[in-house]
Amino acid sequence: MVDIQTQHTQAARGEAVRDADRPRDSLIATFGPDKPLKLDAGVLLSPFQIAYTTYGALNADKSNAVMVCHALTGDQYVAQVHPVTGKNGWWETLIGPGKPLDPARYFIICTNVLGGCMGSSGPASTNPATGQPWGLEFPVVTVRDMVRAQAMLVDHLGIETLFAVVGGSMGGMQVLQWAASYPERVFAAMPIACATRHSAQNIAFHEVGRQAIMADPEWHGGRYHLEGGNPRRGLGVARMGAHITYLSDAALHRKFGRRFQDRENPTFSFDADFEVESYLRHQGSTFVERFDANSYLYLTRAMDYFDLAADAGGTLANAFKGTQTRFCVISFTSDWLFPTSESRATVHALNAASARVSFAEIVTDKGHDAFLLDEPEMFGIVRGFLEGARKARGLDGRK
Amino acid sequence: MPEFNAAKIARTSTGTRVDLVLVSQMVARGAKVLDVGCGDGELLHLLGESRDVDGRGIELSREGVNECVAKGLAVIQGDADTDLGDYPNDAFDYVILSQTLQATRQPRVVLEHMLRIGRHAIVSFPNFGHWTVRSQLLFAGHMPQTDILPYSWYDTPNIHHCTIKDFVQLCNAIDVKIEKAVALNAWGSPLRLSAPWWFWNLFGEQGVFLLSRKK
Repeated sequence: MVDIQTQHTQAARGEAVRDADRPRDSLIATFGPDKPLKLDAGVLLSPFQIAYTTYGALNADKSNAVMVCHALTGDQYVAQVHPVTGKNGWWETLIGPGKPLDPARYFIICTNVLGGCMGSSGPASTNPATGQPWGLEFPVVTVRDMVRAQAMLVDHLGIETLFAVVGGSMGGMQVLQWAASYPERVFAAMPIACATRHSAQNIAFHEVGRQAIMADPEWHGGRYHLEGGNPRRGLGVARMGAHITYLSDAALHRKFGRRFQDRENPTFSFDADFEVESYLRHQGSTFVERFDANSYLYLTRAMDYFDLAADAGGTLANAFKGTQTRFCVISFTSDWLFPTSESRATVHALNAASARVSFAEIVTDKGHDAFLLDEPEMFGIVRGFLEGARKARGLDGRK
Repeated sequence: MPEFNAAKIARTSTGTRVDLVLVSQMVARGAKVLDVGCGDGELLHLLGESRDVDGRGIELSREGVNECVAKGLAVIQGDADTDLGDYPNDAFDYVILSQTLQATRQPRVVLEHMLRIGRHAIVSFPNFGHWTVRSQLLFAGHMPQTDILPYSWYDTPNIHHCTIKDFVQLCNAIDVKIEKAVALNAWGSPLRLSAPWWFWNLFGEQGVFLLSRKK
């Protein structure tokens, strides 16, 4: 038996819907009928809203803004306690007083991506036309759509050029998309642990996760918000499978090995005998408390569709042609979801476009998740890159 | 493993390696420069400070790369032998190969790429024709080891040593114009310009060449 709660109270669901429309401890920008979002799918989304948080203050000439982009299951609570889980912000290793991204020096913006479930318009939000949750009526969105929506927010905040756009994994895809779509609005870009396209293997993993959700009878063809229930088992299994891809064989072995969970001997049953099983079940069950299953379908789809070269007529370098943006690409040795070879391909394309690019590979056994963890070498590189960019931008009053 | 022992190269009164100062003086102000094998970024830093160049680097060792990037330099991890092909023609004003030529697998191909990517190439290398090198083989009968090149024959990363004379011949073979050539003695002073090639080849510890394409 999978140890995931199947009961989902009406009260808790009400809370989830509330977070999808009115997230706690978050700002919201609403774009009315005069500002529709033109989606890659060919439809106009209007009205729509983007939930976001900010840290620090915008300077007088509005040159110190940094956009931080979250990964698949992240949200705008990048450097503050999460209102649902009560946990610290997901990138407090990087953002905070004395950290490489210090709110004393930067105006840091983090949005919940379009299609997300923490306040930006997505399948869990209320469809203004019907007053009911969108569900699968919500149009399919792409990474480029997410970035378009972020650019509209940046306009709304009166900011012309972002000093930096930073993100890992799906966040890194957004960084690359920002640099490709709005090169003149991005002074420095840090795509971390990502790629310019989603590989066949990664699409395959995502499909397994989506099928797990859709196979859950409580998914109700995506109408669970209306018909009651919640595909928690399906979403939990999707999370368990995905979580393995965020780690590495070495990291799993170091953390869990073949150790038993709270017992000396195998039970000769299908209980969670092994620590690693217990850990994955926990990952699955805590994830479903804060994430919407349909949102998971939409965001994995957005990553699958991501292919910058295809958007640029088949030649990746053309996506960055003539760019003046400074790039710092970072990968991790044990990341097999977005291996170094993907980052190297990004760097080759940037070189072919004569872009100013730095590229560092960090040695770690922590896998893809390393970008979220305490990696001092990465922090040194982020700090050095940003300091160099500050100097070039004249942020400290001299060039 | 670094190709050479940088600590043994002569330094100026301000502590900068003399060969790097010489290289930097060959670079026009504000130029776009690629430093191939940039190590810990000393030359790129010097070029940025003294010549206001837009500098990029490639470095094989991960430690070197990460040190450079943490200093704010635009450096990527890469291999001169395999990665220069990724750069478009005329992407740089100068492509510099400083003390690295002898460690490449295909020095000729690397040099050709440098002059395809850059309008100029600057190459500095330890001269294997120096009298101390020659005398070790001639009198002591073993493969030469010097302060700058301290490796034994069986574990050296330096697989393509050449003399100043050899290098000039390579330049002629691939039809490259030598704009400027300087030989430094062991104390880091340039040898007299009027001295003949054989003198440079015997007493120059290092050669520094500024090259360009023949039209």
